[in-house]
Amino acid sequence: MASLEAVRSKSASRTRWLLISPAVLVVILGAIAPLLVIVTYSFLTPGPTGGVNYTLSFDAWTRVLFDRDVFDDTLTLSGTNLEILLRSLLLSLATTVLCLLVGFPTAYFIATRNPLNREVWLLLVTVPFWTNLLIRTFAIQDLIRNEGIINTLLIKAGFISEPIQMLFTNFAICLGLVYVYLPLMILPVYASLERQDRSLLEAASDLYARPFNVLREIIVPLAKPGIIAGSILVFIPAIGTYVTPILLGGGRNLMIGNYIEFQFGQGRDWPFGSALSLALMAIVMVALLVYIRHGDSHGHEHG
Amino acid sequence: MAKAFPVTHQRGFGTVAITTFIFLYAPLAVALVFAFNAGTSPAKWGGFSLRWFQSAANNQQVISASILSLKLAAISATLSTTLATLAALAMSRTPRFRGWTLAYSAISFPLMVPEIVTAVALLVVTATFRGWTGYSGLGYLVLAHTAFCVPFAYLPIRARLQTMDISLERAAGDLYASPWNAFRFVTMPLLFPGILAGFILAFVTSLDDVVITEFVKTAGQDTLPTYMLGQVRRTITPEVNAIAAVFLLISVALVMCIYVVNQRTKIN
Repeated sequence: MASLEAVRSKSASRTRWLLISPAVLVVILGAIAPLLVIVTYSFLTPGPTGGVNYTLSFDAWTRVLFDRDVFDDTLTLSGTNLEILLRSLLLSLATTVLCLLVGFPTAYFIATRNPLNREVWLLLVTVPFWTNLLIRTFAIQDLIRNEGIINTLLIKAGFISEPIQMLFTNFAICLGLVYVYLPLMILPVYASLERQDRSLLEAASDLYARPFNVLREIIVPLAKPGIIAGSILVFIPAIGTYVTPILLGGGRNLMIGNYIEFQFGQGRDWPFGSALSLALMAIVMVALLVYIRHGDSHGHEHG
Repeated sequence: MAKAFPVTHQRGFGTVAITTFIFLYAPLAVALVFAFNAGTSPAKWGGFSLRWFQSAANNQQVISASILSLKLAAISATLSTTLATLAALAMSRTPRFRGWTLAYSAISFPLMVPEIVTAVALLVVTATFRGWTGYSGLGYLVLAHTAFCVPFAYLPIRARLQTMDISLERAAGDLYASPWNAFRFVTMPLLFPGILAGFILAFVTSLDDVVITEFVKTAGQDTLPTYMLGQVRRTITPEVNAIAAVFLLISVALVMCIYVVNQRTKIN
Protein backbone atom coordinates (compact mmCIF):
# COMPACT_ATOMS: atom_id res chain seq x y z
CA MET A 1 0.00 0.00 0.00
CA ALA A 2 2.98 2.24 0.53
CA SER A 3 3.50 2.42 -3.20
CA LEU A 4 -0.05 3.63 -3.52
CA GLU A 5 0.63 7.05 -2.14
CA ALA A 6 4.11 7.27 -3.62
CA VAL A 7 3.19 6.71 -7.21
CA ARG A 8 0.64 9.19 -8.37
CA SER A 9 -0.03 7.75 -11.75
CA LYS A 10 -3.26 7.08 -13.49
CA SER A 11 -3.29 3.47 -12.34
CA ALA A 12 -2.85 4.48 -8.72
CA SER A 13 -5.84 6.75 -9.02
CA ARG A 14 -7.82 3.94 -10.62
CA THR A 15 -6.86 1.54 -7.80
CA ARG A 16 -7.88 4.16 -5.28
CA TRP A 17 -11.35 4.59 -6.73
CA LEU A 18 -11.70 0.84 -7.10
CA LEU A 19 -11.16 0.57 -3.35
CA ILE A 20 -13.45 3.45 -2.45
CA SER A 21 -16.36 2.83 -4.79
CA PRO A 22 -17.87 -0.30 -3.18
CA ALA A 23 -18.42 1.50 0.14
CA VAL A 24 -19.75 4.60 -1.59
CA LEU A 25 -21.99 2.53 -3.85
CA VAL A 26 -23.58 0.72 -0.90
CA VAL A 27 -24.30 4.01 0.86
CA ILE A 28 -25.76 5.46 -2.35
CA LEU A 29 -28.05 2.45 -2.81
CA GLY A 30 -28.99 2.06 0.84
CA ALA A 31 -29.36 5.70 1.92
CA ILE A 32 -28.75 8.46 -0.62
CA ALA A 33 -30.88 7.23 -3.53
CA PRO A 34 -33.92 6.47 -1.34
CA LEU A 35 -33.66 9.97 0.08
CA LEU A 36 -33.67 11.43 -3.44
CA VAL A 37 -36.83 9.45 -4.13
CA ILE A 38 -38.41 11.06 -1.07
CA VAL A 39 -37.37 14.49 -2.32
CA THR A 40 -39.14 13.77 -5.62
CA TYR A 41 -42.24 12.39 -3.88
CA SER A 42 -42.62 15.52 -1.79
CA PHE A 43 -43.49 17.44 -4.98
CA LEU A 44 -46.13 14.96 -6.16
CA THR A 45 -49.73 14.27 -5.10
CA PRO A 46 -50.90 11.29 -3.06
CA GLY A 47 -52.31 8.23 -4.80
CA PRO A 48 -55.68 6.83 -3.68
CA THR A 49 -54.27 3.88 -1.70
CA GLY A 50 -50.82 5.10 -0.80
CA GLY A 51 -48.14 5.69 -3.40
CA VAL A 52 -48.10 8.82 -5.56
CA ASN A 53 -49.68 10.36 -8.64
CA TYR A 54 -47.14 11.89 -10.95
CA THR A 55 -48.48 15.44 -10.99
CA LEU A 56 -46.29 18.31 -9.83
CA SER A 57 -47.60 19.97 -6.67
CA PHE A 58 -46.31 22.04 -3.78
CA ASP A 59 -49.30 21.09 -1.68
CA ALA A 60 -47.40 18.66 0.57
CA TRP A 61 -44.88 21.34 1.46
CA THR A 62 -47.59 23.92 2.12
CA ARG A 63 -49.33 21.55 4.49
CA VAL A 64 -46.27 21.14 6.69
CA LEU A 65 -47.26 24.43 8.29
CA PHE A 66 -50.68 25.37 6.88
CA ASP A 67 -54.20 24.01 6.55
CA ARG A 68 -55.98 24.72 3.28
CA ASP A 69 -59.61 25.64 3.71
CA VAL A 70 -61.83 23.27 1.76
CA PHE A 71 -64.23 26.01 0.64
CA ASP A 72 -62.28 29.14 -0.17
CA ASP A 73 -58.69 27.81 -0.45
CA THR A 74 -57.35 30.18 2.19
CA LEU A 75 -54.36 29.06 4.22
CA THR A 76 -54.36 29.09 8.00
CA LEU A 77 -51.59 27.87 10.29
CA SER A 78 -52.18 24.21 10.95
CA GLY A 79 -52.92 23.55 14.60
CA THR A 80 -52.19 19.83 14.62
CA ASN A 81 -48.99 19.99 12.63
CA LEU A 82 -47.64 22.95 14.55
CA GLU A 83 -48.45 21.26 17.83
CA ILE A 84 -46.52 18.15 16.86
CA LEU A 85 -43.58 20.13 15.48
CA LEU A 86 -43.53 22.32 18.57
CA ARG A 87 -43.78 19.36 20.95
CA SER A 88 -40.92 17.62 19.15
CA LEU A 89 -38.78 20.75 19.33
CA LEU A 90 -39.58 21.45 22.99
CA LEU A 91 -39.09 17.86 24.13
CA SER A 92 -35.78 17.50 22.32
CA LEU A 93 -34.57 20.89 23.58
CA ALA A 94 -35.60 20.02 27.14
CA THR A 95 -33.78 16.70 26.75
CA THR A 96 -30.65 18.50 25.57
CA VAL A 97 -30.74 21.00 28.46
CA LEU A 98 -31.33 18.28 31.06
CA CYS A 99 -28.53 16.15 29.59
CA LEU A 100 -26.21 19.14 29.84
CA LEU A 101 -27.21 19.99 33.42
CA VAL A 102 -26.64 16.41 34.53
CA GLY A 103 -23.89 15.50 32.10
CA PHE A 104 -21.55 18.43 32.63
CA PRO A 105 -20.93 17.84 36.36
CA THR A 106 -20.59 14.13 35.64
CA ALA A 107 -18.04 14.71 32.89
CA TYR A 108 -16.21 17.14 35.16
CA PHE A 109 -16.21 14.62 37.97
CA ILE A 110 -14.66 12.00 35.69
CA ALA A 111 -12.10 14.42 34.26
CA THR A 112 -10.86 15.32 37.74
CA ARG A 113 -10.28 11.73 38.88
CA ASN A 114 -6.79 10.32 38.63
CA PRO A 115 -6.04 8.87 35.16
CA LEU A 116 -6.46 5.23 36.16
CA ASN A 117 -9.87 5.70 37.77
CA ARG A 118 -10.97 7.88 34.86
CA GLU A 119 -10.90 4.88 32.54
CA VAL A 120 -13.15 2.92 34.86
CA TRP A 121 -15.68 5.76 35.20
CA LEU A 122 -15.67 6.21 31.42
CA LEU A 123 -16.29 2.53 30.99
CA LEU A 124 -19.27 2.87 33.31
CA VAL A 125 -20.67 5.58 31.02
CA THR A 126 -20.21 3.49 27.88
CA VAL A 127 -21.76 0.21 29.08
CA PRO A 128 -25.37 1.50 29.12
CA PHE A 129 -24.69 3.25 25.84
CA TRP A 130 -23.81 -0.07 24.21
CA THR A 131 -26.92 -1.72 25.56
CA ASN A 132 -29.82 -1.98 23.17
CA LEU A 133 -31.82 1.26 23.04
CA LEU A 134 -35.14 -0.56 23.09
CA ILE A 135 -34.15 -2.49 26.19
CA ARG A 136 -33.10 0.65 28.02
CA THR A 137 -36.43 2.24 27.13
CA PHE A 138 -38.29 -0.85 28.34
CA ALA A 139 -36.36 -0.62 31.60
CA ILE A 140 -37.59 2.95 32.11
CA GLN A 141 -41.12 1.91 31.19
CA ASP A 142 -41.12 -0.83 33.80
CA LEU A 143 -39.81 1.54 36.42
CA ILE A 144 -42.39 4.32 36.02
CA ARG A 145 -45.56 2.41 35.19
CA ASN A 146 -48.43 2.66 37.68
CA GLU A 147 -47.72 -0.76 39.14
CA GLY A 148 -43.97 -0.19 38.74
CA ILE A 149 -41.37 -0.13 41.45
CA ILE A 150 -41.31 3.66 41.99
CA ASN A 151 -45.06 3.95 42.55
CA THR A 152 -45.12 0.79 44.65
CA LEU A 153 -42.35 2.06 46.91
CA LEU A 154 -43.93 5.51 47.24
CA ILE A 155 -47.28 3.98 48.20
CA LYS A 156 -45.66 1.62 50.69
CA ALA A 157 -43.76 4.52 52.23
CA GLY A 158 -47.07 6.35 52.60
CA PHE A 159 -46.15 9.40 50.50
CA ILE A 160 -49.01 8.81 48.08
CA SER A 161 -52.16 6.72 48.15
CA GLU A 162 -52.79 6.54 44.41
CA PRO A 163 -50.04 5.82 41.88
CA ILE A 164 -48.76 8.90 40.06
CA GLN A 165 -49.41 8.66 36.33
CA MET A 166 -45.92 9.00 34.90
CA LEU A 167 -46.06 6.63 31.96
CA PHE A 168 -47.65 7.96 28.75
CA THR A 169 -46.86 11.59 29.52
CA ASN A 170 -44.46 14.13 28.01
CA PHE A 171 -42.41 13.76 31.19
CA ALA A 172 -41.94 10.06 30.45
CA ILE A 173 -40.75 10.79 26.91
CA CYS A 174 -38.29 13.37 28.17
CA LEU A 175 -37.02 11.06 30.91
CA GLY A 176 -36.58 8.23 28.42
CA LEU A 177 -34.70 10.45 25.96
CA VAL A 178 -32.39 11.77 28.68
CA TYR A 179 -31.72 8.26 29.88
CA VAL A 180 -30.92 6.95 26.44
CA TYR A 181 -28.82 9.83 25.11
CA LEU A 182 -27.01 11.06 28.23
CA PRO A 183 -23.74 9.27 27.36
CA LEU A 184 -23.66 11.24 24.09
CA MET A 185 -23.42 14.41 26.19
CA ILE A 186 -20.98 13.14 28.81
CA LEU A 187 -18.37 11.77 26.39
CA PRO A 188 -17.63 14.88 24.27
CA VAL A 189 -17.85 17.21 27.28
CA TYR A 190 -15.39 14.95 29.08
CA ALA A 191 -13.08 15.02 26.06
CA SER A 192 -12.96 18.81 26.10
CA LEU A 193 -12.54 19.00 29.88
CA GLU A 194 -9.78 16.43 29.93
CA ARG A 195 -7.66 18.50 27.54
CA GLN A 196 -7.85 21.60 29.71
CA ASP A 197 -4.72 23.06 31.17
CA ARG A 198 -4.90 22.59 34.94
CA SER A 199 -2.48 25.47 35.55
CA LEU A 200 -5.14 27.96 34.42
CA LEU A 201 -7.32 26.84 37.32
CA GLU A 202 -4.39 27.12 39.69
CA ALA A 203 -3.64 30.62 38.46
CA ALA A 204 -7.25 31.66 38.92
CA SER A 205 -7.35 30.14 42.37
CA ASP A 206 -4.08 31.84 43.32
CA LEU A 207 -5.69 35.12 42.32
CA TYR A 208 -8.50 34.39 44.79
CA ALA A 209 -11.15 33.48 42.23
CA ARG A 210 -13.92 31.53 43.91
CA PRO A 211 -14.70 28.02 42.55
CA PHE A 212 -17.94 29.19 40.96
CA ASN A 213 -16.16 32.03 39.16
CA VAL A 214 -13.45 29.65 37.98
CA LEU A 215 -16.21 27.46 36.59
CA ARG A 216 -18.00 30.34 34.87
CA GLU A 217 -14.99 32.23 33.60
CA ILE A 218 -12.57 29.45 32.70
CA ILE A 219 -13.87 25.89 32.73
CA VAL A 220 -17.17 26.38 30.89
CA PRO A 221 -15.82 28.74 28.18
CA LEU A 222 -12.96 26.35 27.48
CA ALA A 223 -15.33 23.39 27.35
CA LYS A 224 -17.62 25.15 24.87
CA PRO A 225 -16.72 22.98 21.84
CA GLY A 226 -17.48 19.84 23.85
CA ILE A 227 -20.72 21.31 25.18
CA ILE A 228 -21.88 22.22 21.68
CA ALA A 229 -20.83 18.85 20.27
CA GLY A 230 -22.66 17.02 23.07
CA SER A 231 -25.77 19.16 22.67
CA ILE A 232 -25.94 18.49 18.93
CA LEU A 233 -25.29 14.77 19.42
CA VAL A 234 -28.21 14.60 21.87
CA PHE A 235 -30.56 16.95 20.01
CA ILE A 236 -30.39 15.25 16.62
CA PRO A 237 -31.47 11.73 17.60
CA ALA A 238 -33.90 13.15 20.18
CA ILE A 239 -35.89 15.21 17.69
CA GLY A 240 -36.04 12.32 15.23
CA THR A 241 -37.00 9.74 17.82
CA TYR A 242 -39.59 7.17 16.89
CA VAL A 243 -39.42 4.43 19.49
CA THR A 244 -39.48 6.47 22.71
CA PRO A 245 -42.87 8.18 22.13
CA ILE A 246 -44.43 4.81 21.27
CA LEU A 247 -43.14 3.11 24.41
CA LEU A 248 -43.31 5.98 26.86
CA GLY A 249 -45.77 8.42 25.26
CA GLY A 250 -48.35 5.72 24.62
CA GLY A 251 -49.42 6.97 21.19
CA ARG A 252 -51.12 10.06 22.60
CA ASN A 253 -48.05 12.24 22.74
CA LEU A 254 -46.82 11.98 19.17
CA MET A 255 -43.56 13.38 17.96
CA ILE A 256 -42.62 14.20 14.39
CA GLY A 257 -41.04 10.77 13.81
CA ASN A 258 -44.34 9.05 14.59
CA TYR A 259 -46.27 11.58 12.51
CA ILE A 260 -44.03 10.79 9.53
CA GLU A 261 -44.61 7.08 10.02
CA PHE A 262 -48.36 7.68 10.19
CA GLN A 263 -48.36 9.37 6.77
CA PHE A 264 -46.73 6.32 5.18
CA GLY A 265 -48.99 3.92 7.06
CA GLN A 266 -52.62 4.61 7.86
CA GLY A 267 -52.42 8.21 6.62
CA ARG A 268 -51.67 7.07 3.07
CA ASP A 269 -50.16 10.41 2.19
CA TRP A 270 -46.66 9.70 0.94
CA PRO A 271 -45.97 13.21 -0.44
CA PHE A 272 -46.89 14.83 2.88
CA GLY A 273 -44.82 12.25 4.78
CA SER A 274 -41.91 12.98 2.44
CA ALA A 275 -42.21 16.73 2.98
CA LEU A 276 -42.33 16.20 6.76
CA SER A 277 -39.23 13.98 6.58
CA LEU A 278 -37.34 16.66 4.68
CA ALA A 279 -38.53 19.32 7.13
CA LEU A 280 -37.08 17.20 9.94
CA MET A 281 -33.87 16.83 7.96
CA ALA A 282 -33.71 20.59 7.49
CA ILE A 283 -33.87 21.08 11.28
CA VAL A 284 -31.08 18.54 11.69
CA MET A 285 -28.98 20.27 9.02
CA VAL A 286 -29.33 23.60 10.81
CA ALA A 287 -28.12 21.92 14.01
CA LEU A 288 -25.17 20.40 12.14
CA LEU A 289 -24.23 23.79 10.68
CA VAL A 290 -24.16 25.23 14.19
CA TYR A 291 -21.90 22.37 15.16
CA ILE A 292 -19.53 22.91 12.25
CA ARG A 293 -19.30 26.66 12.95
CA HIS A 294 -19.03 26.58 16.73
CA GLY A 295 -18.32 23.02 17.73
CA ASP A 296 -15.18 21.01 17.30
CA SER A 297 -13.53 23.24 14.70
CA HIS A 298 -12.68 25.75 17.44
CA GLY A 299 -11.44 23.05 19.76
CA HIS A 300 -7.90 23.20 18.43
CA GLU A 301 -7.40 26.79 19.49
CA HIS A 302 -8.02 25.89 23.10
CA GLY A 303 -6.47 22.44 23.07
CA MET B 1 -0.67 17.19 43.58
CA ALA B 2 -1.77 18.16 47.06
CA LYS B 3 -3.13 21.36 45.61
CA ALA B 4 -4.88 19.74 42.65
CA PHE B 5 -7.93 18.70 44.59
CA PRO B 6 -9.03 22.05 46.00
CA VAL B 7 -8.32 23.82 42.71
CA THR B 8 -10.53 21.52 40.69
CA HIS B 9 -13.15 21.12 43.37
CA GLN B 10 -16.66 22.24 42.46
CA ARG B 11 -19.26 21.92 45.15
CA GLY B 12 -22.06 19.47 44.43
CA PHE B 13 -20.54 18.09 41.22
CA GLY B 14 -19.55 14.85 42.92
CA THR B 15 -23.09 14.36 44.21
CA VAL B 16 -24.59 15.01 40.77
CA ALA B 17 -22.12 12.60 39.20
CA ILE B 18 -22.85 9.79 41.63
CA THR B 19 -26.59 10.37 41.20
CA THR B 20 -26.10 10.21 37.44
CA PHE B 21 -24.36 6.86 37.68
CA ILE B 22 -27.17 5.54 39.87
CA PHE B 23 -29.66 6.92 37.34
CA LEU B 24 -27.79 5.16 34.51
CA TYR B 25 -27.66 1.81 36.22
CA ALA B 26 -30.76 1.59 38.43
CA PRO B 27 -33.27 0.87 35.62
CA LEU B 28 -30.98 -1.75 34.11
CA ALA B 29 -30.33 -3.30 37.51
CA VAL B 30 -34.06 -3.51 38.24
CA ALA B 31 -34.71 -5.11 34.84
CA LEU B 32 -31.88 -7.55 35.45
CA VAL B 33 -33.12 -8.53 38.91
CA PHE B 34 -36.73 -8.92 37.84
CA ALA B 35 -35.66 -11.18 34.98
CA PHE B 36 -35.18 -13.74 37.77
CA ASN B 37 -38.53 -12.99 39.39
CA ALA B 38 -40.89 -15.93 39.78
CA GLY B 39 -43.97 -13.67 39.68
CA THR B 40 -45.27 -11.48 36.89
CA SER B 41 -45.32 -8.15 38.74
CA PRO B 42 -42.68 -5.58 37.77
CA ALA B 43 -42.46 -4.46 41.41
CA LYS B 44 -43.21 -7.36 43.74
CA TRP B 45 -40.56 -10.00 44.28
CA GLY B 46 -42.07 -13.47 44.07
CA GLY B 47 -38.94 -15.53 44.62
CA PHE B 48 -36.04 -16.56 42.43
CA SER B 49 -36.83 -18.37 39.22
CA LEU B 50 -35.45 -19.00 35.76
CA ARG B 51 -38.89 -19.45 34.25
CA TRP B 52 -38.74 -16.33 32.07
CA PHE B 53 -35.43 -17.42 30.59
CA GLN B 54 -36.99 -20.78 29.91
CA SER B 55 -40.12 -19.35 28.38
CA ALA B 56 -38.04 -17.00 26.22
CA ALA B 57 -35.84 -19.89 25.15
CA ASN B 58 -38.89 -21.96 24.26
CA ASN B 59 -40.64 -19.15 22.40
CA GLN B 60 -40.28 -20.00 18.72
CA GLN B 61 -40.69 -16.35 17.70
CA VAL B 62 -37.94 -15.25 20.07
CA ILE B 63 -35.62 -17.95 18.77
CA SER B 64 -36.10 -17.17 15.09
CA ALA B 65 -35.89 -13.42 15.77
CA SER B 66 -32.63 -13.90 17.68
CA ILE B 67 -31.15 -16.01 14.91
CA LEU B 68 -32.15 -13.46 12.29
CA SER B 69 -30.74 -10.61 14.39
CA LEU B 70 -27.38 -12.33 14.78
CA LYS B 71 -27.27 -13.44 11.16
CA LEU B 72 -28.08 -9.96 9.91
CA ALA B 73 -25.57 -8.33 12.25
CA ALA B 74 -22.83 -10.80 11.27
CA ILE B 75 -23.40 -10.39 7.54
CA SER B 76 -23.76 -6.62 7.51
CA ALA B 77 -20.89 -6.07 9.95
CA THR B 78 -18.60 -8.25 7.83
CA LEU B 79 -19.63 -6.53 4.61
CA SER B 80 -19.48 -3.01 5.97
CA THR B 81 -16.14 -3.59 7.72
CA THR B 82 -14.62 -5.00 4.54
CA LEU B 83 -15.89 -2.11 2.43
CA ALA B 84 -14.88 0.43 5.06
CA THR B 85 -11.37 -1.04 5.34
CA LEU B 86 -10.84 -0.81 1.59
CA ALA B 87 -12.13 2.74 1.48
CA ALA B 88 -10.13 3.82 4.54
CA LEU B 89 -6.91 2.39 3.07
CA ALA B 90 -7.45 4.35 -0.12
CA MET B 91 -8.50 7.55 1.65
CA SER B 92 -6.11 7.88 4.58
CA ARG B 93 -2.51 9.00 4.54
CA THR B 94 -2.68 10.08 0.92
CA PRO B 95 -2.54 13.65 -0.20
CA ARG B 96 -6.08 14.98 -0.55
CA PHE B 97 -7.16 13.99 -4.03
CA ARG B 98 -9.98 15.28 -6.16
CA GLY B 99 -13.23 13.81 -4.91
CA TRP B 100 -11.93 13.09 -1.41
CA THR B 101 -14.51 15.32 0.29
CA LEU B 102 -17.25 13.87 -1.88
CA ALA B 103 -16.31 10.29 -0.99
CA TYR B 104 -15.97 11.17 2.69
CA SER B 105 -19.35 12.92 2.77
CA ALA B 106 -20.96 9.95 1.04
CA ILE B 107 -19.51 7.51 3.57
CA SER B 108 -20.57 9.56 6.59
CA PHE B 109 -23.96 10.42 5.07
CA PRO B 110 -25.98 7.82 7.05
CA LEU B 111 -24.80 9.47 10.28
CA MET B 112 -26.34 12.81 9.34
CA VAL B 113 -29.83 11.68 8.36
CA PRO B 114 -32.38 10.98 11.11
CA GLU B 115 -33.08 7.26 11.23
CA ILE B 116 -36.81 7.67 10.68
CA VAL B 117 -36.17 9.56 7.44
CA THR B 118 -33.89 6.84 6.06
CA ALA B 119 -36.43 4.29 7.25
CA VAL B 120 -39.43 5.72 5.38
CA ALA B 121 -37.29 6.42 2.32
CA LEU B 122 -36.21 2.77 2.28
CA LEU B 123 -39.79 1.66 2.89
CA VAL B 124 -40.93 3.47 -0.25
CA VAL B 125 -38.07 2.16 -2.37
CA THR B 126 -38.18 -1.46 -1.19
CA ALA B 127 -41.97 -1.61 -1.52
CA THR B 128 -41.61 -0.48 -5.13
CA PHE B 129 -38.79 -2.95 -5.79
CA ARG B 130 -40.71 -5.83 -4.30
CA GLY B 131 -43.56 -5.00 -6.65
CA TRP B 132 -41.24 -4.90 -9.67
CA THR B 133 -39.05 -7.89 -9.02
CA GLY B 134 -41.12 -10.11 -6.76
CA TYR B 135 -38.00 -10.65 -4.64
CA SER B 136 -38.70 -10.26 -0.95
CA GLY B 137 -35.73 -11.96 0.68
CA LEU B 138 -33.19 -10.75 3.20
CA GLY B 139 -31.34 -8.71 0.57
CA TYR B 140 -33.12 -5.47 1.40
CA LEU B 141 -32.34 -5.72 5.10
CA VAL B 142 -28.72 -6.65 4.39
CA LEU B 143 -28.28 -3.68 2.05
CA ALA B 144 -29.94 -1.26 4.49
CA HIS B 145 -27.94 -2.49 7.48
CA THR B 146 -24.65 -2.56 5.56
CA ALA B 147 -25.23 1.00 4.38
CA PHE B 148 -25.81 2.48 7.82
CA CYS B 149 -23.01 0.38 9.34
CA VAL B 150 -20.38 1.60 6.87
CA PRO B 151 -19.62 4.90 8.67
CA PHE B 152 -19.51 3.15 12.06
CA ALA B 153 -16.95 0.68 10.74
CA TYR B 154 -15.06 3.35 8.83
CA LEU B 155 -14.38 5.80 11.68
CA PRO B 156 -12.28 3.59 14.00
CA ILE B 157 -10.35 2.13 11.06
CA ARG B 158 -9.53 5.60 9.76
CA ALA B 159 -8.57 6.76 13.25
CA ARG B 160 -6.19 3.80 13.56
CA LEU B 161 -4.67 4.45 10.13
CA GLN B 162 -4.01 8.06 11.02
CA THR B 163 -1.97 7.16 14.07
CA MET B 164 -0.06 4.34 12.40
CA ASP B 165 3.61 4.80 11.60
CA ILE B 166 3.88 4.87 7.83
CA SER B 167 7.66 4.37 7.88
CA LEU B 168 7.19 0.70 8.81
CA GLU B 169 5.46 0.03 5.51
CA ARG B 170 8.07 2.05 3.68
CA ALA B 171 10.75 -0.05 5.37
CA ALA B 172 9.01 -3.21 4.22
CA GLY B 173 8.94 -1.82 0.69
CA ASP B 174 12.63 -0.89 0.87
CA LEU B 175 13.39 -4.46 1.90
CA TYR B 176 11.74 -5.68 -1.31
CA ALA B 177 8.48 -6.82 0.17
CA SER B 178 5.84 -6.95 -2.54
CA PRO B 179 2.96 -4.54 -1.95
CA TRP B 180 0.75 -7.48 -1.01
CA ASN B 181 3.28 -8.88 1.47
CA ALA B 182 3.85 -5.46 2.98
CA PHE B 183 0.11 -5.18 3.42
CA ARG B 184 -0.30 -8.72 4.71
CA PHE B 185 2.58 -8.72 7.19
CA VAL B 186 2.93 -5.05 8.19
CA THR B 187 -0.18 -2.99 7.53
CA MET B 188 -2.77 -5.60 8.39
CA PRO B 189 -1.44 -6.59 11.84
CA LEU B 190 -1.02 -2.93 12.78
CA LEU B 191 -4.47 -2.06 11.51
CA PHE B 192 -6.19 -5.02 13.13
CA PRO B 193 -7.31 -3.30 16.36
CA GLY B 194 -9.02 -0.63 14.26
CA ILE B 195 -10.70 -3.24 12.08
CA LEU B 196 -11.88 -5.18 15.12
CA ALA B 197 -13.25 -2.03 16.77
CA GLY B 198 -14.98 -1.14 13.50
CA PHE B 199 -16.47 -4.61 13.22
CA ILE B 200 -17.77 -4.61 16.79
CA LEU B 201 -19.22 -1.13 16.39
CA ALA B 202 -20.94 -2.14 13.15
CA PHE B 203 -22.17 -5.39 14.70
CA VAL B 204 -23.69 -3.62 17.71
CA THR B 205 -25.20 -0.90 15.52
CA SER B 206 -26.91 -3.51 13.38
CA LEU B 207 -28.05 -5.52 16.42
CA ASP B 208 -29.40 -2.35 18.04
CA ASP B 209 -31.37 -1.11 15.08
CA VAL B 210 -35.12 -1.12 15.33
CA VAL B 211 -36.45 1.77 13.24
CA ILE B 212 -34.94 0.99 9.84
CA THR B 213 -35.52 -2.75 10.24
CA GLU B 214 -39.14 -2.15 11.25
CA PHE B 215 -39.80 -0.30 7.98
CA VAL B 216 -37.78 -2.48 5.60
CA LYS B 217 -38.78 -5.95 6.84
CA THR B 218 -41.62 -7.99 5.44
CA ALA B 219 -43.73 -10.58 7.21
CA GLY B 220 -41.62 -13.21 8.97
CA GLN B 221 -38.50 -11.05 9.02
CA ASP B 222 -38.69 -9.94 12.64
CA THR B 223 -35.41 -9.26 14.39
CA LEU B 224 -35.27 -9.32 18.17
CA PRO B 225 -35.76 -5.54 18.51
CA THR B 226 -38.71 -5.42 16.09
CA TYR B 227 -40.23 -8.45 17.80
CA MET B 228 -39.99 -6.69 21.16
CA LEU B 229 -41.43 -3.49 19.71
CA GLY B 230 -44.34 -5.57 18.45
CA GLN B 231 -44.94 -6.80 22.00
CA VAL B 232 -45.43 -3.25 23.31
CA ARG B 233 -49.17 -3.23 23.04
CA ARG B 234 -49.60 -6.59 24.69
CA THR B 235 -49.24 -7.15 28.39
CA ILE B 236 -45.56 -7.13 29.15
CA THR B 237 -44.22 -10.36 30.57
CA PRO B 238 -40.87 -10.51 32.34
CA GLU B 239 -39.78 -12.52 29.32
CA VAL B 240 -38.65 -9.19 27.90
CA ASN B 241 -36.53 -8.71 31.01
CA ALA B 242 -34.92 -12.08 30.41
CA ILE B 243 -34.06 -11.08 26.85
CA ALA B 244 -32.79 -7.76 28.20
CA ALA B 245 -30.54 -9.55 30.67
CA VAL B 246 -28.95 -11.54 27.85
CA PHE B 247 -28.51 -8.41 25.74
CA LEU B 248 -26.94 -6.60 28.67
CA LEU B 249 -24.46 -9.41 29.09
CA ILE B 250 -23.54 -9.27 25.40
CA SER B 251 -22.98 -5.52 25.48
CA VAL B 252 -20.85 -5.70 28.62
CA ALA B 253 -18.76 -8.42 26.98
CA LEU B 254 -18.31 -6.34 23.82
CA VAL B 255 -17.33 -3.20 25.73
CA MET B 256 -14.78 -5.22 27.67
CA CYS B 257 -13.50 -6.62 24.38
CA ILE B 258 -12.86 -3.13 22.98
CA TYR B 259 -11.39 -1.99 26.28
CA VAL B 260 -8.92 -4.87 26.37
CA VAL B 261 -7.92 -4.35 22.73
CA ASN B 262 -7.37 -0.65 23.42
CA GLN B 263 -5.27 -1.35 26.50
CA ARG B 264 -3.14 -3.84 24.60
CA THR B 265 -2.51 -1.51 21.70
CA LYS B 266 -1.57 1.23 24.15
CA ILE B 267 1.15 -0.99 25.59
CA ASN B 268 2.54 -1.98 22.20
